[in-house]
Amino acid sequence: MTSSKLDARIPEGHMAEKWSKYRSTVHLVNPANKRHLEVIVVGSGLAGASAASSLAELGYKVKVFCFQDSARRAHSIAAQGGINAAKNYQNDGDSVYRLFYDTVKGGDYRSREANVHRLSEVSGNIIDQCVAQGVPFAREYGGLLSNRSFGGTQVQRTFYAAGQTGQQLLLGAYSALMRQVGMGTVTMYARHEMLDIVNIDGKCRGIIARNLITGELERHFGHAVLLCSGGYGNVFFLSTNAMGSNVTAAWKAHKKGAFFGNPCYTQIHPTCIPVSGDHQSKLTLMSESLRNDGRIWVPKKKEDAEAIRAGKLNPNDLKPEDRDYYLERRYPAFGNLVPRDVASRAAKERCDAGYGVNATGEAVFLDFAYNMKYRYGKVEATKQGIENPTEQQLFDFGKEVVKEKYGNLFDMYKQITGVDPYYNPMMIYPAVHYTMGGLWVDYNLMTTVPGLYALGEANFSDHGANRLGASALMQGLADGYFVIPYTIGDYLSHEIGTKAISTDHEAFVEAENGVKEKLNQLMNVKGTKSVDHFHKKLGKIMWEKCGMARNAAGLKEAITEIQELRKQFWADVRIPGGLNEFNPELEKAGRVADFLELGELMCMDALQRNESCGGHFREEYQTEEGEAMRDDENFAFVSAWERTGDNQWTMHKEELKFEYIKIAQRSYK
Amino acid sequence: MNITLKVWRQKNNNERGRFETYQVKDVSPDMSFLEMFDVLNEDLITEGKEPIAFDHDCREGICGMCSMYINGRPHGPLQGVTTCQLHMRSFKDGDTIVVEPWRAAAFPVIKDLAVDRTSFDRIMAAGGFVSVNTGNAQDANSILIPKTDADLAFEAAACIGCGACVAACKNSSAMLFVSAKVSQLALLPQGQVERHERVIKMVNQMDEEGFGSCTNTGACEAECPKNISVENIARLNREYLSAKIAK
Ligand SMILES: Cc1cc2nc3c(=O)[nH]c(=O)nc-3n(C[C@H](O)[C@H](O)[C@H](O)COP(=O)(O)OP(=O)(O)OC[C@H]3O[C@@H](n4cnc5c(N)ncnc54)[C@H](O)[C@@H]3O)c2cc1C
Ligand code: SF4
Ligand code: FES
Repeated sequence: MTSSKLDARIPEGHMAEKWSKYRSTVHLVNPANKRHLEVIVVGSGLAGASAASSLAELGYKVKVFCFQDSARRAHSIAAQGGINAAKNYQNDGDSVYRLFYDTVKGGDYRSREANVHRLSEVSGNIIDQCVAQGVPFAREYGGLLSNRSFGGTQVQRTFYAAGQTGQQLLLGAYSALMRQVGMGTVTMYARHEMLDIVNIDGKCRGIIARNLITGELERHFGHAVLLCSGGYGNVFFLSTNAMGSNVTAAWKAHKKGAFFGNPCYTQIHPTCIPVSGDHQSKLTLMSESLRNDGRIWVPKKKEDAEAIRAGKLNPNDLKPEDRDYYLERRYPAFGNLVPRDVASRAAKERCDAGYGVNATGEAVFLDFAYNMKYRYGKVEATKQGIENPTEQQLFDFGKEVVKEKYGNLFDMYKQITGVDPYYNPMMIYPAVHYTMGGLWVDYNLMTTVPGLYALGEANFSDHGANRLGASALMQGLADGYFVIPYTIGDYLSHEIGTKAISTDHEAFVEAENGVKEKLNQLMNVKGTKSVDHFHKKLGKIMWEKCGMARNAAGLKEAITEIQELRKQFWADVRIPGGLNEFNPELEKAGRVADFLELGELMCMDALQRNESCGGHFREEYQTEEGEAMRDDENFAFVSAWERTGDNQWTMHKEELKFEYIKIAQRSYK
Repeated sequence: MNITLKVWRQKNNNERGRFETYQVKDVSPDMSFLEMFDVLNEDLITEGKEPIAFDHDCREGICGMCSMYINGRPHGPLQGVTTCQLHMRSFKDGDTIVVEPWRAAAFPVIKDLAVDRTSFDRIMAAGGFVSVNTGNAQDANSILIPKTDADLAFEAAACIGCGACVAACKNSSAMLFVSAKVSQLALLPQGQVERHERVIKMVNQMDEEGFGSCTNTGACEAECPKNISVENIARLNREYLSAKIAK
């Protein structure tokens, strides 16, 4: 049963009609009133930039905050592979229903049907909007848009711009945002970090932000506040996220009443560049799109793996019959394109069994040689009328095609590892990449605090226990361009009588004092160890005990260890410099302090979920073949955690009902 | 390897800066340049000193945040590589490396190696967009774009807004940056309607921000980590001229 504290507010009616009906009946705010309504947007990534520009276009007064020096640098910029949309341009059987179905299934039946259906309905509009803005998506020679495949689907519905899709989409949204800035409808606050929300009479009415250059604290009023602050993968220290990605905005809101949904659902991406040493500061993704053309393998024989590890055997010299293309072997229907959680676990399984191929034993091959020569090389040779091409010709032709498709990724790989992937198979290993969990929101994207919304990766909404590739960009832009402009009306239409509240209001003063106190407390520890020292330790606990595989005993240990580490942090962290100046160490300290609380909650959530689903793999719950074993009877719910005191929580359940999709064992065999 | 670093330290924009020398020991060739700075900063913190402030975020060469002027070259010795993607295998044991912030009047120093590049945002706000409100768009495939145009537009759109072009230019000109955006939109059908207005507004804003004028030295292209071509500058000049004539 769903907790009485949670109301998802899903509209009545048939799945395919809910959203259109909602849109035509939702309360509207007339243009004259919009001018008096102020909206704060925290974050300028795909979700934040698209929401802010769309709301400003509608006439609302908008303020946007980001911690980077420009809105254009939000972490969405780094997304590589692509964005999904049910356009069916390839005539390969795609439809709104199929995208909806794939996403719910991909999420291992742990997402809310109505939200996912809406996402898939608006997916096509996103592509239209982006193209109209001038986003240069990849095209075919006829001038039409090109598509590629991503994991967990059997149609080609992914739109892309080389390996820089996120960059191009974000620059599109950023240009729309800058247009509004130029028109004076949006005020931009770059190099600002939100450090608390302000609630008045049970509604969110503003934020406290720190100017990162001067260190000054500022109070900002808004009739509504949108958190578009991204994901919290950096709780693991090493992840594919940018260095500054954090949970702080969401966490402060959580402490002020917003429930946290499914905190333990973390996506570990199968294809990242392996760790090279202790100095490692972040991990780099090699886009999932590479699995279209790269084949994943390890040697069949342990002695070959050992020889490769020792540098005595060149993997190119290993005969095809001595290679274990383990994804193709285990999952013939989807092969190298199984969803991420499945691919990651399979890589871990092979490496744990002793077949890893780099010095640390934690890497597998992603090999392009075969497709380069025999798929693309052959086609090109035929095009050029060469009947019996040499191996070298095939290679040369194929290389050009691969370069066009993935050039920037290949360059990046070479730059980081010093190895040229055109001539050698890439070495890859899973790494933390995305967090499906986040602030719990209802159908309107509102959190449990009225007037406070969460969009993009910061909310928990659409991806269940595992996100499919190319779906985060889709979700961020859906939330910002096409959902919030409608759903916010439902709330703001009741606020037209509310005058802007003075930031001298005691709630603002109190919140600012709270932030000041926390900052002082951090500065006054004056301990001996750097922030990174604690962050790395936390990351190690999380990776080993709450990472790709989890078990009850390990999670319990992790909880105790995190509590202990948190104590050490507050007793021994050293932050140089001062409060009232540009101080990146202080920024990091605040973020790590929040991670040290979140980590514990993630472990608690993983511990209560006595099943395996999507990215959450509990070793106790697996089939004989090592596949995840769900427990639909007992765990078909969203866990929404309410904070009841200092590091104390109560869990509420939102029951998930599947009316339009038959819940089934997820199989990619 | 052991490396000697000479790093520009400056408390804020009002105070004068100076070089400080640091030794970094046991640097691994697999480290990135910024990871070497992490190690140095960790040491400085342990010694009770202030770490060096520098901008960075994605560390994947795409956000445009990192911005170090290394041995007299923006983003260091390699062509087409950002500071964060530069690895220590490009240096040798015993090397001395000089690191400075971007230097340009339109990029005031905030602290040490971090500078203020909001002037770029203001140029974008002046005209770096297509005016299309959310919800107004037609079906994406109803606009046909020849692949060659789309590819050229994409190459220009790959600019990461880092400012290396400005730092590389003896006149501190922002022409490469501005021309990349003007070109992207001039090459696409979506950008035609506002074509003239855009180029004039962006160029005016660029001048207002205090960037210098372009004397075609090509230093920007040589140092641009995304290999943005100076052909874009030629295109901007043509666009500007035809916009002026049309007026
Ligand atoms: C390397 C990589 C590749 C990816 N590739 C793909 C892909 O191909 N396809 C796909 O669909 N998805 C991909 N993803 C996932 C996707 O990019 C992200 O989930 C998505 O872009 C998140 O967008 P967002 O707007 O929610 O947050 P972000 O883009 O992370 O933006 C967060 C914003 O919040 C601001 N912020 C955060 N905290 C604060 C605070 N306290 N105060 C003020 N501002 C704050 C930041 O400054 C920033 O502006 C990829 C992710 C990574 C890491
Ligand atoms: S043109 Fe090149 S150097 Fe200049 S801002 Fe863009 S990417 Fe940086
Ligand atoms: S840190 Fe993002 S480009 Fe270098």
